[in-house]
Amino acid sequence: MCQDCGCGDVNLVPLELQTRILARNDDVAAHNRAHFRERGIFAINLMGSPGSGKTAVLEATARALRDGRNLAALAGDLATDNDAVRLERAGIRSRAITTGQACHLDAEMVHHELHHLDLTGIEYLFIENVGNLVCPAVYDLGQNVNVVALAVTEGEDKPLKYPTMFAKADLVLLTKMDLLPHLPNTNIAAIDDALARVMPEPRIIRFSAQERTGVVGWIEWLTSCRAALAGEMVGA
Amino acid sequence: MHEYSIIQSLVDSVAAAVGTRTGAVVHGVHVTIGELAGVDCTLLATAYDVFRPGTLCERAELTIDRTPARWECPRCRRAIERGAFLRCALCNEPAHLATGDEIMLQRIELEVA
Repeated sequence: MCQDCGCGDVNLVPLELQTRILARNDDVAAHNRAHFRERGIFAINLMGSPGSGKTAVLEATARALRDGRNLAALAGDLATDNDAVRLERAGIRSRAITTGQACHLDAEMVHHELHHLDLTGIEYLFIENVGNLVCPAVYDLGQNVNVVALAVTEGEDKPLKYPTMFAKADLVLLTKMDLLPHLPNTNIAAIDDALARVMPEPRIIRFSAQERTGVVGWIEWLTSCRAALAGEMVGA
Repeated sequence: MHEYSIIQSLVDSVAAAVGTRTGAVVHGVHVTIGELAGVDCTLLATAYDVFRPGTLCERAELTIDRTPARWECPRCRRAIERGAFLRCALCNEPAHLATGDEIMLQRIELEVA
């Protein structure tokens, strides 16, 4: 209470903080990132709508490399470990993160699951996020790059509807390209145009897991990103 | 609906800030949410009202300041027009997000004895 005049008003003191609300998540993400760096692992946060083809991208990646021995994955889903089972079958060492009601992965979930994943000999860790174009973009997991799978079936203006996700993307994999002949109202140039309005440096690889197109470019991109990171570490 | 988990983190942040000030009552919580932060302010306010009973924030009003997304050229600092390609027409540099991705606890108001 105000002590000056006895008016009964509450004496309020502002406390300036200017702290990041998700600072705790960001701290754990930094810990994950340091862990990956020590082991020479390049971590990819693979995001996209449910059904955009994230798991199929990883299966195609393992096929192209003949075996997935240097690949590992954490697959996030609300329920079931179906994706992790599919990835294991493709030869990728995998663990499921079943989130229950949570619509995204956070750094702590990834950290926890890393304790159960043998990372010996692993060069690339894919974190397949929960299918969702909103919430996963908010949480840093400790990844080195963000990749978004966007299926051509999702509509030309999808990037404009979900700008936050695409603003954070380092690469967009335009998936299910083999379906394009069946989509008379979908124009690829319109998707490129939309992406250039939400991504400052739009990098897009046209991809079809079915027809195995775009896989070589995708693997080259991953390899060059990992090499660039290793170069930075040597230079540091 | 990650707004609930953001509110959980917010209440934890407020508790950390109040720290050992025994008897302090929080009356106001001011946050800044960027347009491109991926957070829905209406849902955030609802989540706060659901979550605050029984916490340190029970008596604290939440004020949300929304900052617009501002993309600009990292070289000449010119703002990129809304909806335009995110590349400076003059310098040909990819744009940089100057404001609009904040999820910040700015300040709290405490009643002190």
